[in-house]
Amino acid sequence: MDVLEKLTILTDAAKYDAACTSSGGNRASKKGYIGNTSSSVAGCCHSFSADGRCVTLLKVLMTNCCVFDCKYCVNRRSNDTMRAAFTPQELADLTISFYRRNYIEGLFLSSGVLRSPDYTTELMIKALRILREEYRFNGYIHAKAIPGTAPELVEQLGFLADRMSVNIELPSEAGLRTLAPDKTKQAILAPMRQIQVRGRQSKEELVKYRHAPKFTPAGQSTQLIVGATADSDFHILRLTQGLYDRYRLKRVFYSAYVPVVEHALLPSKDVKPPLLREHRLYQADWLLRFYGFRAEELLDEQHPDFNPLVDPKCSWALAHLDFFPVEVNTADYEALLRVPGIGVTSARRILTARRARRLRVEDLRKMGVVMKRAQYFLTASGRRTEGLLFKPDSLLRNLIAAERPLLPEVEPVQLSLFDSPAPV
Amino acid sequence: MTEMVYYYDGSFEGFLCCIFDSYANKEVLTAIYRDEDLVPTLFATRSIPTDREHANRVYRKIVKCSPYTADLLRKCFLTCLPDKELYLYRLVVKLLREGPGFLRNFSDETLYPVLRAVRLLNGEAHLLKGFVRFSDLGGVLGGEIEPKNRVLPLLRSHFCARYQGEKFFLYDRTHREALFYANGKAVIQPLEHFQMAPPDEAEAHYRLLWKRFYDTIAIKERYNPKCRQTNMPKRYWNTMTEFQDETYFRVQSSPAGVEAPGAPAGIPAPGTPQGPGPSAPGSGI
Repeated sequence: MDVLEKLTILTDAAKYDAACTSSGGNRASKKGYIGNTSSSVAGCCHSFSADGRCVTLLKVLMTNCCVFDCKYCVNRRSNDTMRAAFTPQELADLTISFYRRNYIEGLFLSSGVLRSPDYTTELMIKALRILREEYRFNGYIHAKAIPGTAPELVEQLGFLADRMSVNIELPSEAGLRTLAPDKTKQAILAPMRQIQVRGRQSKEELVKYRHAPKFTPAGQSTQLIVGATADSDFHILRLTQGLYDRYRLKRVFYSAYVPVVEHALLPSKDVKPPLLREHRLYQADWLLRFYGFRAEELLDEQHPDFNPLVDPKCSWALAHLDFFPVEVNTADYEALLRVPGIGVTSARRILTARRARRLRVEDLRKMGVVMKRAQYFLTASGRRTEGLLFKPDSLLRNLIAAERPLLPEVEPVQLSLFDSPAPV
Repeated sequence: MTEMVYYYDGSFEGFLCCIFDSYANKEVLTAIYRDEDLVPTLFATRSIPTDREHANRVYRKIVKCSPYTADLLRKCFLTCLPDKELYLYRLVVKLLREGPGFLRNFSDETLYPVLRAVRLLNGEAHLLKGFVRFSDLGGVLGGEIEPKNRVLPLLRSHFCARYQGEKFFLYDRTHREALFYANGKAVIQPLEHFQMAPPDEAEAHYRLLWKRFYDTIAIKERYNPKCRQTNMPKRYWNTMTEFQDETYFRVQSSPAGVEAPGAPAGIPAPGTPQGPGPSAPGSGI
């Protein structure tokens, strides 16, 4: 089997992984090495695939052979599909050639479990060693820790990679038991904890010894599948918050479940992936990380799921109208961030600009505030947008109208003369 | 104070000299044009010679008032903003008259157009850091871009750091200039004509691998071309490997794209220029 064929099979098997970021690394270029990881704070996208997702890393599996039998996964052992495996040398060659041509920012290496988690991880370590030591590759590497791997191997992998991740996949233990019988909660959380502890240790060592090796300098992330099990948004968001608080994750990724296989325990194959729900979860995730929100503020037991029509910040604002309007000339940073339509950048700009002079409503648009949402929730020098009329009960309608062009359209159906009239 | 239209040679120093002369002659500028954009006009005009000493004096003064503005000036001069010279001139005049306080107000009518243009420039440069595609032409990396703004000065440090052990060049089709880098030295030089050399066997193979990777990584159930186009506008596609037609992936022995009879793939037919052709990096350094 030639490399082209292997690449096709192993990319196809890896594409359901959502994580594809090169952010968080900040390693300057070194003499005699190729590459760096500091192109920008936010990472660098090298392309966007036809589904609109960013392509920044060469995302492939080491092998798609797997001894596990997770029901939701295309690579499970009971699935009849083409199997392939890269040799470490092939993978290193491919990465360095793509990197030199500026196709990619680095490598995202995941794998099915070949023979045992330890054996697979050893293969991955071998590939990364060739890259780092033989080719002197200094770019970004994201490596997957496979649940059940020996801690010594995870440690070795962590010193070669910039970021590591252990995928939780199913947001609840019950889901794990039914759909991924070979994995346990313990097997997933143990390497996660290890990466966290070792990363903290490495930071301490760096304070003492300037040239101490860095363990996963870009931290760790994980992924949750949305829509394969019956877990609510509230459950997922609270889990996310726990992961940020207790495991110090850099990112939690959500992957809308794409039905790849017919199984009694899973949604049927005709079900479309819940893309809007995934989108709302990402929006809420940003609110947790950058806007100072807590999961309990956004959702609760009575409202366990997000409103599909408006974004989570708008929903929160509608439920807390007493907090508004916010006066942009006097409000503090935290209060500004709570206004729908004001983000981190525009809030900072407002803080700077209002030291020069009092702001007027007309100025805000130029600072990047999205006025179609923000105008209902703020005043500038005591005034709102000229001619803006609304009542609290028409607010939701106005906000939905503002966002409708962005939502996926309901597919139009051809009218037919012979259809029975729809019940009114 | 009389109103005047100034002409200058198109260089940054020349532009700074316009500012110098407008103060020296006590004239208010209503337009600043480059010499090549010369149009007959009813207004009084003056052609400004470039004087390095004058330019330095203006620049030092601006840096003293506000280093931020000096940076803004240099960057905005690279943008494709129409009448950027006039906007910048007004910005400098306001800075010298009022001091740097107004620079905090992002919605200031003199500052805002400049800020916006620089934001667009930075955005384009950031996107191009990812969207540039190099080809390996016999050990030398070569790439082409078609940006709206002159982004090469912004891309220089990024690519020089990333490929510091390599030799590469990057050609800007819009502004007809190229960035050359070899042995730790980089220059940006005007280059009127450039034709990319055809790929050899290894290069064509990696192009094909990348195209296959790109096509495979998309999940078809999530197909969303609008989202892709928002993130990656179509004007960048022209120079990206994954959007080229079949001939781009074929080993070609002549630039015309026709395989010369007799010559095996990978070996150039007689008469074909070797390597990157007339624009080999090193020649400009």
